[in-house]
Amino acid sequence: MQLLEKHKNIIDFTLSSLWRRKGKNISLIVVYTFIIFLVASVMFFTHSIRKEAALVLRDAPEMMVQRLVAGRHELIPVRYMDEIGKIRGVQSVKPRLWGYYYDPANGANYTLVVKDELKDSVGSVRVGSGVARSLLISENAAIPFKTHDGAYLVLKVKSIIPSESELVSADLVLISEGDFRRIFAIPDGYATDLTLNVRNSKELTTIAAKITQIFPDTRPILRDEILRTYDAVFNWRGGLVIVVLSCAFFAFIILAWDKATGLSAEEKREIGILKAIGWETSDVLQMKFWEGVVVSLSSFLLGVLLAYLHVFFASSALFESALKGWSVLYPEFRLTPFIQAYHIATLFFLTVVPYTVSTIVPSWRAATIEPDSVMRA
Amino acid sequence: MLERKSHLFLLFVTISVLFWGLMFAHAVYRQRADEVLFQQKRALVGWLGLTDLCLFTDARYTRNPSMADMNTPFQDYPLSFEHFPSGSLLSLPPHLRAHAEDR
Repeated sequence: MQLLEKHKNIIDFTLSSLWRRKGKNISLIVVYTFIIFLVASVMFFTHSIRKEAALVLRDAPEMMVQRLVAGRHELIPVRYMDEIGKIRGVQSVKPRLWGYYYDPANGANYTLVVKDELKDSVGSVRVGSGVARSLLISENAAIPFKTHDGAYLVLKVKSIIPSESELVSADLVLISEGDFRRIFAIPDGYATDLTLNVRNSKELTTIAAKITQIFPDTRPILRDEILRTYDAVFNWRGGLVIVVLSCAFFAFIILAWDKATGLSAEEKREIGILKAIGWETSDVLQMKFWEGVVVSLSSFLLGVLLAYLHVFFASSALFESALKGWSVLYPEFRLTPFIQAYHIATLFFLTVVPYTVSTIVPSWRAATIEPDSVMRA
Repeated sequence: MLERKSHLFLLFVTISVLFWGLMFAHAVYRQRADEVLFQQKRALVGWLGLTDLCLFTDARYTRNPSMADMNTPFQDYPLSFEHFPSGSLLSLPPHLRAHAEDR
């Protein structure tokens, strides 16, 4: 109880001391909170995207087979299916027709996907909510598609895919095979790629090796590789994440460096007076420990909370322009919050602990020399 | 009760910790509430045979990173540079590196 009272007294004194230099300390807390907010926002965003991809893409095709010509993805002859279907363990092979369409009217790119179920609905399409939003259209509207020969094919919007699935379907246009071939002049007997189902998933790599042996111009892609893609592309070492983390890291180094390189004359005089009136070195260190804790813990608690609000309530508004890039059509999605305690603990140990230590070290140097020489300095 | 500055600080920490508790509770609640949405999205992915999330629509190799090639961003013309902003946000999918090493 006595120890608790002593610490409460030290915190009282520390807060009064911090308040005397309020301009400096408030701006320090604001900058510190912003750094934590930025790192935590990236952490929440990337982790939730990775988790969402892992959950949603679990039902992607088990294997895709692409054909490559001169390093480019090329149309694959449907006759490849006959040989691939004969490989032991292959349950089914299906051709997939899909492609990208640039809409000159609004500058957006759509992903056109053919579904067998739509073969009877020639002349109509189902569109993603991003497409509907970008074209300001609703059901039964007509969309003109420019075909390969410059003519226009007008297709009627049969329905709009619900906006809840926008993260996978925002730019989709589901179209019949006939209309798709007419727009892009893709000859019969060719598909964009092939999808495979196998009897035993353990045989996937063996089957993939057999396919490349029979057709050396093909490249199989496994579902596991797709799932690993999002784990890797939003890894801390890649792209956006490393840029933000490096900036935050260097900003934090500057903050910690400012603290670790020494105390101001006023702070040194304060330590000297405290020692002169009877404070022990350990008391001074405890005061400086609480000073570090007050600044870094407050910033940490606030920064993480603000990051959560930013990512999961404000749809990562601060990252929006970076994520949109040159996209005209951008999905409006709401991420499901997935928080990993390990990430938050790492952030804590990388920010709060070093800052607190860097506050104590120079104070320890000042507290171990004679009070009168500290006050005279 | 709040006449001392240390009490104010402890009150701030307590309120923040309470908000943290709410944050974790909200995350768990939303995960459970969104379970149906995940099922719907999974069904759509399975039905259409989709392979990627629709995060970027400016470049084809960032719209479908798992279907792209290592050289796709640079193949528009000889000595071309990758110029879409989204290309700098995404790192290379691991299987593309593996395929490149096989060649």
